[in-house]
Amino acid sequence: MNGPDETLIRIRNLHKRFGALHVLRGVDLDVRKGERIAIVGSSGSGKSTLLRCINFMETPSEGTIELDGEVLGSEVRGKDGKPARKYAESELCSVRERVGMVFQQFNLFPHMTVVENAMEGLLTVKKIARDAARARAVAQLNKVGLADKLDAYPAKLSGGQQQRVAIARALAMEPEVLLFDEPTSSLDPELVGEVLRVIRALAEEGRTMLLVTHELGFAYHFADRVIFISDGVFHEVGTPDEVLKRPQKERTQAFLARFSEFIF
Amino acid sequence: MNYQWDFSAIVKYADMLVLGLVGTVKIAVVSIVLGVIVGALVALARMSANPWLHRPATAFVEFYRNTPPIVHFFWFFYALPIVIGVSLNPFVAAVLALSTQSGAFYAEVFRGGILSIDRGQWEGARALGMNYRMAMRRVIVPQALRRMVAPFIERSFELTKTTALASTLAYAELLYEAMQVNSITFRPMEVYSAVALLYFIVLFTASSAMRLVEARLARHA
Amino acid sequence: MDYTWDFEVVVRNFPVLLRGVVVTIELWVLAFPLGLALGFAVSLGRISGKSWLNAPAIAFVEIFRNTPVLVQLIWFYYAFPIILGQQLAPFSAALLGLTLNTAAYCAEIFRGGIQSIVRGQWEGARALGMTYAMTLRRVILPQVGKHMLPAFTNRGIELAKVTSLASILTVHELMYQGRLLSSTYYRPLEILTVVALVYFVLIYPGSYFSARLERKLRARD
Repeated sequence: MNGPDETLIRIRNLHKRFGALHVLRGVDLDVRKGERIAIVGSSGSGKSTLLRCINFMETPSEGTIELDGEVLGSEVRGKDGKPARKYAESELCSVRERVGMVFQQFNLFPHMTVVENAMEGLLTVKKIARDAARARAVAQLNKVGLADKLDAYPAKLSGGQQQRVAIARALAMEPEVLLFDEPTSSLDPELVGEVLRVIRALAEEGRTMLLVTHELGFAYHFADRVIFISDGVFHEVGTPDEVLKRPQKERTQAFLARFSEFIF
Repeated sequence: MNYQWDFSAIVKYADMLVLGLVGTVKIAVVSIVLGVIVGALVALARMSANPWLHRPATAFVEFYRNTPPIVHFFWFFYALPIVIGVSLNPFVAAVLALSTQSGAFYAEVFRGGILSIDRGQWEGARALGMNYRMAMRRVIVPQALRRMVAPFIERSFELTKTTALASTLAYAELLYEAMQVNSITFRPMEVYSAVALLYFIVLFTASSAMRLVEARLARHA
Repeated sequence: MDYTWDFEVVVRNFPVLLRGVVVTIELWVLAFPLGLALGFAVSLGRISGKSWLNAPAIAFVEIFRNTPVLVQLIWFYYAFPIILGQQLAPFSAALLGLTLNTAAYCAEIFRGGIQSIVRGQWEGARALGMTYAMTLRRVILPQVGKHMLPAFTNRGIELAKVTSLASILTVHELMYQGRLLSSTYYRPLEILTVVALVYFVLIYPGSYFSARLERKLRARD
């Protein structure tokens, strides 16, 4: 059904409000299969919120999100008579099985070992038999270089190792899309590299990935497309060269100027 | 002080006191078990988004936290029978009072434990596609349980002390038996001191054991 | 349920309950400050290095925390007068028991607070030439004061509830008045329900205030 250029995610007119705070103000985005997108911007710009809407950790206030040709949610009449969308929890849970997320704070389960963390989604959500689940988890853990830490508890691992476990945990679910929400922002500088290396390896496999990051040098090499988001809208979009090296708009230039030491 | 201490009276009626001790343990254990059930249900209701569950549960907890236990004992023994048309024996009334009361406090312990779990754990679970029930079962509750142990033990300790109030309903726990022995021997000094000592030994041993368990758990955390 | 509720009895006799409330308040207003002051003194003994101060303080605290309050009150009313050589009025015995009980719990709160202050604070003050008393007053207590506040307000709430046990000693506080009315007019349901509500109205503001205080202090940290 999906050829290599098929659109995997289609976002139209996405708005997200938190009470009075209007964080996302009308975002449109098409993500093709195998595309790698880096999203950069200041705090409060809405970049994390955008990511979190894609796997419905936040539900959109307005607008539609389409995954693999299927528009999610159902249309209802809102309180003011205008059309609105309602999202059923079960539908969102199945979306999240297909969209993997890696968090800034890792969010590993401290009461489970590394391999148990990686298996957990397969066991409980996909209801795969224990042996098969373990095998898949071990394969992913191998891939991120933690084959020797299977039975360790997260507390005993460094930040970089924990984040790699988190990545393996997401990969084990065989997601169609991978979302990275500032995966290295909580790490000590010397641990950032090992995580970026894993992400780069995944990129080379041709996976569809969206990465919110402050590591602009990495974004430059990683992305097919870079989006600079500001005040809840896409301020500038283009290739890494267009946005990061030769930004046209003033605000983009001001933002980049603050990162005086990024290396291409 | 020229008081002539005479503990022989106590020794003679020691079997009554033992009976009382058994009564105390019986009522404590039953109330703890029932209280846990009540507490779990109330805690879940309190954490529910549904106001029909949430509000009564909160009212229940606030009521029991802000009224004296002795009122509950008397209410269940004298007032409830009027409402339900059936008279209750002291044991039942005392257990009802104690388990609803401890249920309210246990509910706070359970809820506190669950709320103390970092929000990120919910996020990690949901990002994998878990629904509320799965997340609670696999991720949240296992972690919360460990945090609940200390306050749970502390509450159960308080409950055990509160069993003494059942004496006012003429239930044969330790204090009541002490009163009986006193009314036979007329030696309140010896009787009540001995019973205080008995309570002390039982409770102090229990709280020391508690402290050891807590220290052990902390080491393995 | 065919029962016809009749609150007229309660309404008519409300002054009786109010008189009980006055006594309840009297008990609390005396026992709490006295208990605080005594508890502070005991805590100093507890943290002092000298074993002749330390040991009795520990014993005091452990005895009052590991025996039921009702047993303590009964002991002070029935047993203690025997050594004393003189009968105690119910109010005095209750006050004595409640004050000492409160003191034991407050001692632990003070101790925890004072000991939580980093050693360096004591050393800094000493280097400046401050005496022990000065250090406590100017350096230690101001820092722990606000952390101990929630624990003390909880103690106050607990004491308010426990005053109800004085009724067993025939002190004419609220619970006693309630039971008196109950047995006189044979309407325990209405009367005891109202008694519970009165306690709630008296105590809940304290809880609410205490919770808000805790939240404010936590936010400030």
